[in-house]
Amino acid sequence: MILSDYLSAALLIAGAVFFLAGTLGLLRFPDVYTRLHALTKADNVGLGLMVVGLAVQAESWAAAGKLLLIWLLILLAGASVAHLVAGGALQRGILPWKR
Amino acid sequence: MSAAFLYALVGVGLFSLGLYALIVHAHLLRKILALNVMGNGVFLVLVALARRTGEARPDAVPHAMVITGIVVAVSATAFALTLMLKLSAATGRAELPDDRRE
Amino acid sequence: MEAVILLQWTFDTFLGLGLLWLAWRALACPDLFRAIVLFVAFGLLLAMAWVSLDAPDVALAEAAIGAGLTGALLLAALARLRSSETNVEVAGQPEKKGLKVRNPQWLPVVVLLPVAAGLGYVVLSLPPDAVGLSAQVAANLETGGVSNPVTAVLLNFRGYDTLLEMVVLLLALLGVWSLGGAALRREDAPGLVLDTLSRLLAPVLILVAGYLLWVGAHAPGGAFQAGSVLGAAGVLLLLAGWRLHAGLAALPLRLALVAGSGIFLAMAVFTLLMEGQLLKYPPAQAGILILVLETAATVSIGVTLAALFLGGRPPNKQDHR
Repeated sequence: MILSDYLSAALLIAGAVFFLAGTLGLLRFPDVYTRLHALTKADNVGLGLMVVGLAVQAESWAAAGKLLLIWLLILLAGASVAHLVAGGALQRGILPWKR
Repeated sequence: MSAAFLYALVGVGLFSLGLYALIVHAHLLRKILALNVMGNGVFLVLVALARRTGEARPDAVPHAMVITGIVVAVSATAFALTLMLKLSAATGRAELPDDRRE
Repeated sequence: MEAVILLQWTFDTFLGLGLLWLAWRALACPDLFRAIVLFVAFGLLLAMAWVSLDAPDVALAEAAIGAGLTGALLLAALARLRSSETNVEVAGQPEKKGLKVRNPQWLPVVVLLPVAAGLGYVVLSLPPDAVGLSAQVAANLETGGVSNPVTAVLLNFRGYDTLLEMVVLLLALLGVWSLGGAALRREDAPGLVLDTLSRLLAPVLILVAGYLLWVGAHAPGGAFQAGSVLGAAGVLLLLAGWRLHAGLAALPLRLALVAGSGIFLAMAVFTLLMEGQLLKYPPAQAGILILVLETAATVSIGVTLAALFLGGRPPNKQDHR
């Protein structure tokens, strides 16, 4: 293993930890809004770390660029869908959780 | 046993689960879901058995058949869902008439 | 390398168990909405199984169709079902009543257990090593016109499969259309976010479809994956409230729908006359002929999938008169 392998391994593992945290939030948080909060934030960061970890291994700049594009697209789609889900939940009269 | 057989057995399991659900559930949407699970089980068996080439590239013919099958499955699902909606609009229930009650 | 193999085995085992568990939950949980969401998750996990089985082409098709479009179709059908079910106590938990009556059904279990065991036995009794047709595919790849074996099988070696498959897609749509016109849904204003998102994503999705179509010649991708991405773009636009202009809904829409099967049929007749064999391309022109076929198929698949999502025949010009 060379240095870049260690680097991408560390980044991938860090990304997986964020995904784990996000999934834990999805399963354990009390209502739809807090779950969305956990899921979108943690998974976006986790995916970003994974994209960087994979881009280190990319054969060309074009491949790294494609990975970056995928991340940007998911950021856009994730943020919009989270907004739509939360908006839909508010419209149905689901109140945000209070302690 | 190799990974190919592991996935093939999972495919058999999915097929059996789907068949069971197809028989016991009355709601048509559930039956459509069950049919989809059965189909995916068959696809899994096909692709898993195509992987028995050792280190070499897997057999491309089952892959092509499964891709065709996925598209056919989605079109059949769409048609089945439309039939279900028509039945529900006509009878008020998305279930087939039960023989025993008649 | 031992550790890597062990890790792969652990991953495969967990994935297989996860698939079975999700399928069971999707089929058994009483709430239909939850069942559909679980089924979509099942489709995504299945896409990972395809990757693990070295079938990236199948994984792409599964992620776009099996998880994406099927889920959208199922959810749209459920929404229409709920709005048509006026009976209030049925609408809430449409299955509870049925489940209680039917839950202790041991007869199917008793019959199905031997079936499952027999299927498992048959699968396990197959030879552990089999190359199948991969040698023939590899031998003929040079004259196939494309270097991705899956695309070569789909469009060249077994092109008749794909021809018939295009016809099946068309038939399914004809079946849906023959059951009535497009449902009159209430036209909500889509909201700023959905509107902007669909405007931003639709061109990107069309670009991705073109990329998948082109790259399918030598890497995972091809007409089906591109067509399903195109279909997803159509679904997104339909969700955002976009409807086909009445002038385009008549003849141009129908032309786009039959383009795939039509050009495929024309090619089949042409090759039958020229080469004496159905869909046997001259090797020198195979690449370009496949690209033409794939482009037509992509457009037809995409438009057909979006039309299936809309459900029901869009109004024809004659209907307005």
